[in-house]
Amino acid sequence: MKEQVENEMRLEFLSKSSNEAFARLTVAAFASQLDPTIEELADIKTAVSEAVTNCIIHGYENRIGIVKIYAKLKEKEIIIEISDNGKGIENIEIAKEPLYTTKPNLERSGMGFTIMESFMDSVNIESIVGLGTKITMSKKIKSHEKKESEEDTYTILNT
Amino acid sequence: MESKFYEKDKLLVFKISEEIDDHSVQKIRRRADYEIERYMPKRVIFDFNSVTFMDSAGIGFLIGRYKFANMLGVTLEIANLTQSVKKIFEMSGVLKLISVTSLQESTAS
Ligand SMILES: Nc1ncnc2c1ncn2[C@@H]1O[C@H](COP(=O)(O)OP(=O)(O)OP(=O)(O)O)[C@@H](O)[C@H]1O
Ligand SMILES: [Mg+2]
Repeated sequence: MKEQVENEMRLEFLSKSSNEAFARLTVAAFASQLDPTIEELADIKTAVSEAVTNCIIHGYENRIGIVKIYAKLKEKEIIIEISDNGKGIENIEIAKEPLYTTKPNLERSGMGFTIMESFMDSVNIESIVGLGTKITMSKKIKSHEKKESEEDTYTILNT
Repeated sequence: MESKFYEKDKLLVFKISEEIDDHSVQKIRRRADYEIERYMPKRVIFDFNSVTFMDSAGIGFLIGRYKFANMLGVTLEIANLTQSVKKIFEMSGVLKLISVTSLQESTAS
């Protein structure tokens, strides 16, 4: 029988908006080991993009800091932590509300957390003002039938 | 993003082909506002057919262009929403504000 996929990855990069695509594509490439559908992968990409963008524009505002991503695959689930050492969130309950934004002048819509919550199975926010913010999200990938031949190749590639 | 101006109908169509996030939206926004002011169309349509990725930056972008167009007396519509783009627009309620149109009919004449 095939072993359960267990894997981890870490990524650190500067808080530049040009890294948003890099971050979501990297996590998506890692998540693809769980054999998700195109839609599940799109959901993960969007949620990662939201969390990373928040670190860059809210956490660090105009200064350059480091955004960290840690992701882990466990059975059929991906768990993703995205964190910054930026300014932190004063009131998490209010920040989570749809349409709430502290930057309306930058054409933000206040939908980031709402999108993360609807695209992932769980979203947890930890934040300390002045120290930073950590978002932990998880999503179960629904198993779907694989063809015998595909299964064989997969096992060979992973041993 | 490409744009095309239909002189006869005073229609300006933007075909967005980049992934829409906080990074790309800055360039798209500048270009769109510049061309809207330059052509002063009656109608503007944003075509989302080739958009393979969009996050909440797309909502802010669309609401921003809607306000800008409104201020200038220009009608703004959107076309060819893909499944993932539609999901995000629906969540935000912008579809109550901005109507979805068919590009084929709009540019037929
Ligand atoms: N990493 C963070 N550091 C500091 N503040 C944050 C962080 N993430 C979110 N926030 C705060 O929470 C608010 C809500 O975040 P959310 O992502 O839902 O909306 P937004 O980023 O303002 O707009 P949108 O995501 O729609 O562009 C933000 O306006 C900001 O005040
Ligand atoms: Mg956000």
